[in-house]
Amino acid sequence: MKTKIGLIVNPVAGMGGRVGLKGSDGKKIHKMALTLGAIPVSPERTCEALNVLSGIQNKIELFTYPGEMGQDEAILCGLSPIVIGSIRKGKTTPEDTKKAARDLEKAGVDLLVFTGGDGTARNVYDAVSERLTVIGIPGGVKIHSGVYAANPVKAARLVMDFVASPGKIALQTAEVMDIDEELVRHDKVSAKLYGYMKVPYERGLNQSSKAGSNPRDEVFQDEIASDVIHNMEPDIIYLVSAGTTTKAVMDKLKVESTLLGIDALKNKQLISANLNELEILELFAREPETPFKIIITAIGRQGFIFGRGNQQLSPSVIRRVGKENVILIATINKILSLNEEPFLVDTGDPELDKELEGYIRVTTGFGKQHIYKVSA
Amino acid sequence: MKNIKLKKYHAPKYDEPLIMEMGVKGQRGIMIPQVDKEIENTVGTLEDLIPAKAQRKKAPALPEIDQYHTLMHYLRLSQMTLGMETGIDIGEGTCTMKYSPKVNEELVRSPQMTDVHPLQPEKTLQGILEIAYDLRNYLKAISGMDEFSLQTGGGAHATYINACVTRKYFQDRGELGTRNEVITTQFTHPCNAATPSTAGFKVIILPHKNGYPDLDGLKSIVSERTAAIHMTNPEDTGLYNPLVAEFTKVVHDAGGLCFYDQANANGIMGVARAREAGFDACHFNLHKTFSSPHGCEGPAAGAYGCTEALAAYLPVPVVTRLSDAYHLDFDRPKSIGKVRSFFGNLPAVLRAYAWIRSMGPKGIKTAAEISILNNQYLEHLLSQIDGISYPYAEGKPRFEQIRYSMEKLKEETGFGSHEIQNRIVDFGIQSYWLSHHPYVVPEPFTPEPCETYSKEDIEYWATAIEQACKEARETPEVIESAPHNQAIHQIKDFSQAEDADRWAITWRAYKKKYKK
Repeated sequence: MKTKIGLIVNPVAGMGGRVGLKGSDGKKIHKMALTLGAIPVSPERTCEALNVLSGIQNKIELFTYPGEMGQDEAILCGLSPIVIGSIRKGKTTPEDTKKAARDLEKAGVDLLVFTGGDGTARNVYDAVSERLTVIGIPGGVKIHSGVYAANPVKAARLVMDFVASPGKIALQTAEVMDIDEELVRHDKVSAKLYGYMKVPYERGLNQSSKAGSNPRDEVFQDEIASDVIHNMEPDIIYLVSAGTTTKAVMDKLKVESTLLGIDALKNKQLISANLNELEILELFAREPETPFKIIITAIGRQGFIFGRGNQQLSPSVIRRVGKENVILIATINKILSLNEEPFLVDTGDPELDKELEGYIRVTTGFGKQHIYKVSA
Repeated sequence: MKNIKLKKYHAPKYDEPLIMEMGVKGQRGIMIPQVDKEIENTVGTLEDLIPAKAQRKKAPALPEIDQYHTLMHYLRLSQMTLGMETGIDIGEGTCTMKYSPKVNEELVRSPQMTDVHPLQPEKTLQGILEIAYDLRNYLKAISGMDEFSLQTGGGAHATYINACVTRKYFQDRGELGTRNEVITTQFTHPCNAATPSTAGFKVIILPHKNGYPDLDGLKSIVSERTAAIHMTNPEDTGLYNPLVAEFTKVVHDAGGLCFYDQANANGIMGVARAREAGFDACHFNLHKTFSSPHGCEGPAAGAYGCTEALAAYLPVPVVTRLSDAYHLDFDRPKSIGKVRSFFGNLPAVLRAYAWIRSMGPKGIKTAAEISILNNQYLEHLLSQIDGISYPYAEGKPRFEQIRYSMEKLKEETGFGSHEIQNRIVDFGIQSYWLSHHPYVVPEPFTPEPCETYSKEDIEYWATAIEQACKEARETPEVIESAPHNQAIHQIKDFSQAEDADRWAITWRAYKKKYKK
């Protein structure tokens, strides 16, 4: 049986970068980019991946959207796609990406491949949430999301691995992140965590994808959660940050958690959920004598531990809790996905960032820590 | 690369049943003679000798099969799996597969060895005790340690012994409550994380910087909580850490102990010693470095050595010599106790003894040098193959092995180290070892051409890799469906390996799950 692959190309992704616009979201910016002579890079990137995939075209059924949203690229690369939906040529918007994702899901694709940037990933996430396994071909200006492969060829290789063993390839959850492009254009970076999607592992950590018994992230996450819970002290308030690894701690304690927010625990019970910075500061004020600890994880591929996806943990929050009371947890997969680049901090307070630099202990299993470098 | 012709090879294939399914009722391999009446009258019947509780009420359900067919069955299996000494096993890096002289097999099979029983009185065991005692002296000279135990059954076991010795040492000093962390490095064998963990320590893994363990990282974490560091050198990357003495100093300054996992000693034996690098303890794999056959081809032995300060904690018995006689010293009140039955794996001890005696100090150093030379020649050949590289410390020499990467080949062809591994066994050589977990080096493979391989062996092996990499580009269908000449073809569906309901590791489980 052929594997059904869905393809969405965001035809305008990657336009802003080469003309220095830091992204191409928003109609005005898109127009400005065109005026500045911007050429979209996503078709080119898509073709880099499709050229590799043409080698396995007898094993796949490619579903895509019309024209520049996938059909053009597929035909250019010698593939015969099944085209669904409709678009207004040259005038596609994020709504088209969402519609395409929903239509391809309805068409029953096993894997959804899309080319674009963080905005595209967000649109796909909005449409299909965590229901579909996805692979991103990096085509955008700014890529913060872990759902993208390192380059188009690697994306194609992942698709091939998926086709070779459908339903068996090991999956992990990867972040969908986006920064507010309006702020970036004013030289302020504020990336938000929007959610998670399922992607295949980019690099095999063992022979697993072929030999079975892959130690999947959930296994490591469970072990890490056991360690964190084992070491929890009474009467300390734990501020548990966003992430699937931190969520595993909450799940093991059988407490409700906010996947993208900050929750507070005391004596293994939830005392408040989804706190913003102000609410955390209020909690400090109410509990002046209580020691606090922060439990955080790292953003895959990027390596941010403070300043992305957990801005609620502001400089004043971190200072009150104290650097020594930060418990960093991450799976070994996530650490290796950084390709030996350090963890990053960007709290907005350069002095604090400097203090956080150096080496940090990362809990990676039960009674097991890795030492890793932190850089501002 | 030289023009080497790869051999036409095809594995024999027998449709062998499981041994448990073989045999005919009443068939016997050996007819055991009845006990002589006179003996029975003197010592009693068999039933008298075996305690009632240990006697079976019913005979075990073993296959009833004669000697000839048993031998035939296992010979066939060994042929189907390429057996021993039939292929070049350079690929089994980190395993130190070398040719072990057959004369040593004659020694371990001689009656002087096979008729020795561990429950004999000590004074009748003087020969084998002398061998153990002398081997211990040789290992002391090679490592610079003050005392050795030959008790452990392998390398990871020796590592575990170190964790136990460390625990006891700090317990004695009243520091165990605080000193509960053992540090290891990313490219040290994972048993160095696992065994301290088993012994109750927390484990901290150091990152590497350009392939070398990160000294600043170590400095950032040593404290009054540091119990020990477990590290190897050269690591699995083949890189020798030139700052090793600084590592041991940093740990000593913090009050911790330093253990040297010497599984990778083949390139340094006779060249550099654990003592001078500042270690308090170390081990050797007698079954690898000292030429006792390795793994399934022969039982293992880890020799564990330490300085005087730790000697009191060694497992019992320790072989000692007092007034011209050898003894098994059990009277060591601070010992961590017994770690293995009787005296350890004596055949491995005897082979290592014989090998060291035949090589001599110069021979051992030469073996190390040739193993490094061999590795550099293999590196020279493999570096010419498009798609193969190895990361870190460019320009720095590697020792006895290298962890290579096929990442580029994978990116360009879709075939990585696993697919190439499936193919090279078609050329009549052993499959290769990839990497310990986790795969820090992507698409890894780790060959180790020990000193006993010839130049031609190395060239043949490199040619097999070259041919497979060429096929990945030119005839991908050959790689995709490899192996072609093996007894078992490519297994596509590994799902049973992930499904506990379908595992059948024992005959009983097999009957329960499949013969309902």
